[in-house]
Amino acid sequence: MPETPATPAIKTLIEVSQLGKEVTTGNTSLTILQGVSFTIAAGEAVAVVGVSGSGKSTLLALMAGLDTASTGSVRIAGQDLFALDEDGRASLRGRTMGFVFQSFQLLASMTALENVMVPLELAGVENGKVAATALLQRVGLGERLNHYPKQLSGGEQQRVAIARAFVKSPAILLADEPTGNLDATTGGQIIDLMFELNRERNTTLILVTHDEKLSARCGRVIRLAGGRLQ
Amino acid sequence: MNLLHELRMALRLLMRDFRAGELTLIVVAVIIAVAGVTTVGFFTDRVQLALNRQANQLLGADLVISHDRALPTEMVQEAQRRQLSVTQMLRFPSMAVFGDKNVLADIKVVAAGYPLRGEVRIADKLYGEERRAIGVPAPGTAWVDERILSQLGVAIGEKIAIGNNNLSIAAIMTQEPDAAVGFINAGPRVMVNEADLAATGLVQTGSRIGYRLQIAGSADAVDDYREWVVAQMRPGQRIEGIRDARPEIRSALERAEKFLNIAALVSVLLAAMAIALAARRFLQRHLDACAMMRCLGASQGQLMRLYFVHFALLGLAASVIGCVIGALAQQALAYWLGSLVAVDLPRASLMPLVQGVVTGLALLLSFALPPIIALGRVPTMRVLRRDLGTPGGFGVAGYLLGYAVIAGMIFWKASDVRLGTFVVIGFTGAMVVAGLASWLLLKMLSGLRNSGISWRFGIANLRRRPLGTIVQVIALGLGLMALLTLTLIRNDLLNAWQASLPADAPNRFLVNIQDDQVAPLKRFFAERKVAEPAMHPMIRGRLVKINERSVSAAAYADERAKRQIEREFNLSWAASLPKDNRILSGQWWPERGALPGQFSMEDGIALRLGVNLNDKLTFDIAGTPVSATVTSLRKVDWDSFNVNFFMIAPPGLLEGQPVSYVTSFYLPPRNGEMLTALIKQFPNLLVIDVAQVMAQVQKMITQVAKAIQFVFLFTLLAGLVVFYAAIASTQDDRIQQAAIMRTLGASRAQLTRAHLAEFAVTGALAGLIAAAGASGLGYVLAVKVLNLSYNFSPLAWMAGVVLGSVGVAIAGYLGTRRVLATPPMLVLRELA
Repeated sequence: MPETPATPAIKTLIEVSQLGKEVTTGNTSLTILQGVSFTIAAGEAVAVVGVSGSGKSTLLALMAGLDTASTGSVRIAGQDLFALDEDGRASLRGRTMGFVFQSFQLLASMTALENVMVPLELAGVENGKVAATALLQRVGLGERLNHYPKQLSGGEQQRVAIARAFVKSPAILLADEPTGNLDATTGGQIIDLMFELNRERNTTLILVTHDEKLSARCGRVIRLAGGRLQ
Repeated sequence: MNLLHELRMALRLLMRDFRAGELTLIVVAVIIAVAGVTTVGFFTDRVQLALNRQANQLLGADLVISHDRALPTEMVQEAQRRQLSVTQMLRFPSMAVFGDKNVLADIKVVAAGYPLRGEVRIADKLYGEERRAIGVPAPGTAWVDERILSQLGVAIGEKIAIGNNNLSIAAIMTQEPDAAVGFINAGPRVMVNEADLAATGLVQTGSRIGYRLQIAGSADAVDDYREWVVAQMRPGQRIEGIRDARPEIRSALERAEKFLNIAALVSVLLAAMAIALAARRFLQRHLDACAMMRCLGASQGQLMRLYFVHFALLGLAASVIGCVIGALAQQALAYWLGSLVAVDLPRASLMPLVQGVVTGLALLLSFALPPIIALGRVPTMRVLRRDLGTPGGFGVAGYLLGYAVIAGMIFWKASDVRLGTFVVIGFTGAMVVAGLASWLLLKMLSGLRNSGISWRFGIANLRRRPLGTIVQVIALGLGLMALLTLTLIRNDLLNAWQASLPADAPNRFLVNIQDDQVAPLKRFFAERKVAEPAMHPMIRGRLVKINERSVSAAAYADERAKRQIEREFNLSWAASLPKDNRILSGQWWPERGALPGQFSMEDGIALRLGVNLNDKLTFDIAGTPVSATVTSLRKVDWDSFNVNFFMIAPPGLLEGQPVSYVTSFYLPPRNGEMLTALIKQFPNLLVIDVAQVMAQVQKMITQVAKAIQFVFLFTLLAGLVVFYAAIASTQDDRIQQAAIMRTLGASRAQLTRAHLAEFAVTGALAGLIAAAGASGLGYVLAVKVLNLSYNFSPLAWMAGVVLGSVGVAIAGYLGTRRVLATPPMLVLRELA
């Protein structure tokens, strides 16, 4: 696919409105996120930054529908996430989102190829092997298709995770500290790869990080402090 | 996602998990359970059938119809029409004459095909080498037993006269399959060919001839024929089959069945434990994967369906492998035991295979269900926060299905409510007690926290996850208990069983001893250095009334009940309870001053005749009615071969009635002269030879003991798998802790000591529980189920604790050794 420049925000893909999250433990309640509102257009690359405990990961979890909000809403292409039940959110995720995590989250009992095939298999796509192989080759792991996660280095594991995130060409890619477990050189390569693929596939990228250099590569930065937008 | 696609995906997940070694433990547990159940299934189906047939050898057939007149030809034709093997036999007493000597012999006239079951063994000279006889005596010849030779002074090749026919003695009979039938075989025996019968001129009106029609064939065909023939039978005709086999044989067979079923049950229980532990571990290792799949769009239902199908396919595959192993194992066993059983083993049905697959699937799915539910309910947030823990699969309630499945299986396999209840309650109780005991012991261990770092870390590890530790201790305890039961208790039980029938157990019964013969008979034995046998009084009486109701055979549907009513009972009296009798209900009378108006009745006959405790029975003894109340019901160990009675009264009730005495003694083999002298001195005595029945029972015990050892191999394997599963259940956690400790500077030696401390304590706790459990199990099995006496083995306690702590420490050390040699970062990354 030829490289295309990120298209300017024409259409709102994600709409976060008055989002809040509170957790209660015993008699004390803790506000993790409060009154967060913003929109993200299709094709945008947005970094969510903040110090530890600022609520970055919680915001990502809520935007992905991995957790439920205490207040407010998240709309993905107009669909209110929290109006859906757990399975409805899972289905929406399966159709629209890809994930890259700090801890890779590869399935230990599966080879690299099989890990990349899983999203296709879950969606009932036949013959996912071809697409998965092509993508692994694209991320430079063509020779390591049949290796298990524990036989791969950290950088290689994250490449598999990226291939898995892109294999269904999702509209949105959510990445949670994708270089957190990697050294600077490897981390840099991983980020380059992610941005390349993002451009190739015109994906909307939401990147949670505390790395300012990394956030600078994104078109827009959302800053969180104490659970609020700055 | 459509069903077919889900099925394919489940299959792919299964293959991937299998390849990655995630399922090995579960597969091994299912295979062992299924192989054990299938092998025992084939046993009950095949070897037991063979043992039944061996019991049939005592009849010489599967079914015998007898009458004192020639049996109707339709019975023969019908049997032939049904493709059953048929042969006819006649038996009558007649004089055998040689020169001027003669003796009253038991003449047996046989035709081609005899015997249909078992074998006749013959020798060419007195005490010569015996061999299996081929066919029957040739026309013009006779086979005789040693007593004919010694009493008539005749030799092989010489002729004896039977009626008007002279027959040449061709061989000495050392064994006949149906010698013991009816036990009335006091006379020396002569076997002749049917072709010679007419020439004897002995078959005349009024002759005392017993006709026996012998039938054999497949079990189903024989059953069908039996049904047909019972409808045709006239008064006086009798039918005997394995169902009517002597109580000694039945009793031994029942015990054998119980032993085998216990072996199979224990392996199923252990396998269930291993499956539960392994499935739980599978859950813990797949939580992240499932959270990730939820993240990638899988719904809860989809995950649960995927894993349900995954486990169902796994269960099916493992069950099929288990069945194949079971089938092969029973083949090997059949080959091995076949030479001992001496009859062709009947073909097995496919039923054990069906049972095996059902067992495997039921076990796996019921115990994997809670983890499957938990996997479906994994919070998606786990992808971001691993500390979210393990979702519940309805907690303990989730395992209720598994418990119900196991309990159902126990009752099904035990096919005995008493045995089933013992096992279910026993194991439930054992688990609860073991759980409480390990919780208490764990609490007490906190006192050890002030000792060195290794101990402290080890003990802290145990206390950090109390539930995991308790489950582990119980599982290890059960595994060890199985091992102890197998190594120590099994031998005790089998020895107790074999000891219940020692080699010098009485093998001859003497009946019809008159009052004035008691003293001379005792002298006779004393002169020959034979221990003085106990004389039991015997009075014959007919049961005429139960309470105020007159008794008639017509009122009973059961054949044996009818026969019992038509015959006279043998009644006896005794002050104390015979040693192989056990009171089931009511009370035995005091040794002195017992009220005379009481009866103690054997429970089997009471059940058959519909007699209950406190019923009043009236016997007609030589024209005098004698009434008494049934104040106790007894269980009699018929396979002890002691003299036993259905009815016993306290002293005082029956004295004064016409009495004779009965006794039993051990006649060593090749001591025919003593028997001859006995009969010569006391010609009225009836000698009953139970040597062959006893030999048969002893042989069965030996065979079954071997079979049980073999089946227990599966139980042993299951015990080892539980052992392994229990250690593995906390291994990941232990490895991670160790890696963290290593990063903090703990040396390998320190960690090794800590692990050894942890394992040794766990093992010792498990060993204590195992020893208590094994002793309890041994006691209950011996005393309550198998009716054997049992002595507690102190060795079990020592072995339990030592085997537990050392065994678990070694196994645990081997499991963690590799990890301690690996750089901690690698471990942490692998577990991340």
